[in-house]
Amino acid sequence: MGTLIDIGKLHLYYGAFHALKNVSMDIPEKAITAFIGPSGCGKSTLLRTLNRMNDMIPGTRIEGRIAVGGTDIYSKEVDVETLRKKVGMVFQQPNPFPKSIYDNVAYGPRLHGIRSKGQLDEIVETSLRSAVLWDEVKDHLKRSALSLSGGQQQRLCIARALAVNPDILLMDEATSALDPISTLKIEELAQELKDRYTIVMVTHNMHQAARVSNQTVFFLNGEVVEYSDTEKLFSNPRDQRTEDYISGRFG
Amino acid sequence: MMTTRKEFDLGLDELNALIVQMGKRVERAVGDSMLALQSVDVEEARRLIAEDKELNAIEEKISELGASLIARQQPVAKDLRRILVAFKIASDLERMGDLSVDIAKVVVRLEGQTLIKPLIDLPRMADIVKLMTYESIQAFVLEDTELAYKMAKDDDVVDALYAQIIRELFAIMMENPKTISQANLLSFVGRYIERFADHATNIGESVVYLVTGTRPDLNS
Repeated sequence: MGTLIDIGKLHLYYGAFHALKNVSMDIPEKAITAFIGPSGCGKSTLLRTLNRMNDMIPGTRIEGRIAVGGTDIYSKEVDVETLRKKVGMVFQQPNPFPKSIYDNVAYGPRLHGIRSKGQLDEIVETSLRSAVLWDEVKDHLKRSALSLSGGQQQRLCIARALAVNPDILLMDEATSALDPISTLKIEELAQELKDRYTIVMVTHNMHQAARVSNQTVFFLNGEVVEYSDTEKLFSNPRDQRTEDYISGRFG
Repeated sequence: MMTTRKEFDLGLDELNALIVQMGKRVERAVGDSMLALQSVDVEEARRLIAEDKELNAIEEKISELGASLIARQQPVAKDLRRILVAFKIASDLERMGDLSVDIAKVVVRLEGQTLIKPLIDLPRMADIVKLMTYESIQAFVLEDTELAYKMAKDDDVVDALYAQIIRELFAIMMENPKTISQANLLSFVGRYIERFADHATNIGESVVYLVTGTRPDLNS
């Protein structure tokens, strides 16, 4: 497993608040890396730096390096739109556009200039198949995306992210608004997708991190306390603070 | 900010208490069965055989409580090891109980016989494994790996005594073949105690695993 995302001595400030403190880590490609930690520990902030979502928050200042595939994503030459095409994101609340299922998935490719109906059809089908939603929606692709269940909507959002052929998929609490069955489906989907994509997920559900991720990073007060193979972190963590947190005796 | 998990911690405390209870019973069982052997007290031996049921019942309780804690509390890391180790220790203690029963059964088979020799080394072995049992459970309660390692060293003494007993019984059998049947039974007893000590050593290994998360081999 090679490194895809290389984070070095990263500091992030929201105004005077020091939200990320000297974070360094290598995130391997084609694997699932989970960020865990109590609220306010910086895990979502770090996730959002990976596709520069923090740029939109006024007063945000960043120091240090984040390279994706060797390219510093904060350098002036990097176009944020292109970056976000390579680094897709799925959020806590499913957020399909108020359009048809088809148009939701075709939205990104159209934006990037694909007009041919045949090509779009193919992308829509492939993306929906990848998101394990195709069989459920193939007969009513023109129906509104909002008619789908929450779990289906979330898989549609994943299909939409996959449609522009990203390398990385960021999942920010992507199952916390879903019922347990839909949650398991998304977890299974993540397992399948990791053969082709690099997945980074933030989760409040430690057992989810334990179930699906290959690596787990535990954050506390903006710092990385421990970054280990998931199996090691949940069976025999190095740091007592990690042990206390995952054992539910802290935070 | 610390949070507590009261229900879970109470469950883990209960699990520990059950292990301690089993340990005490096993310690007593091996000592009492040796005393019964020394005086060929068949009635006492039968009582000890019957008493083993209670030990098995505690082991079952540990299995049920541990399974319920896993299902309901989803323990990880050391909490999980604590439960896994409780299962393993309970199973070792249950086997130790069975080995004490095996000694008591030898007593029953010796009914009406006088011993071919005064027993000296077998009771010494029994004393050592009693201490090993006590220390292994202490090591568990105190999470004291040093004590676990120290206890495991006694296993070598037990093995040496066992070898000595076998040699001695061999000599007696060669001298007088009429003793073969009883000498054979006594050598079984030596073997039972030697196995008993191995299980105590296993408990020491469990303690080290609980504390460090790595599995040592204290038998080597």
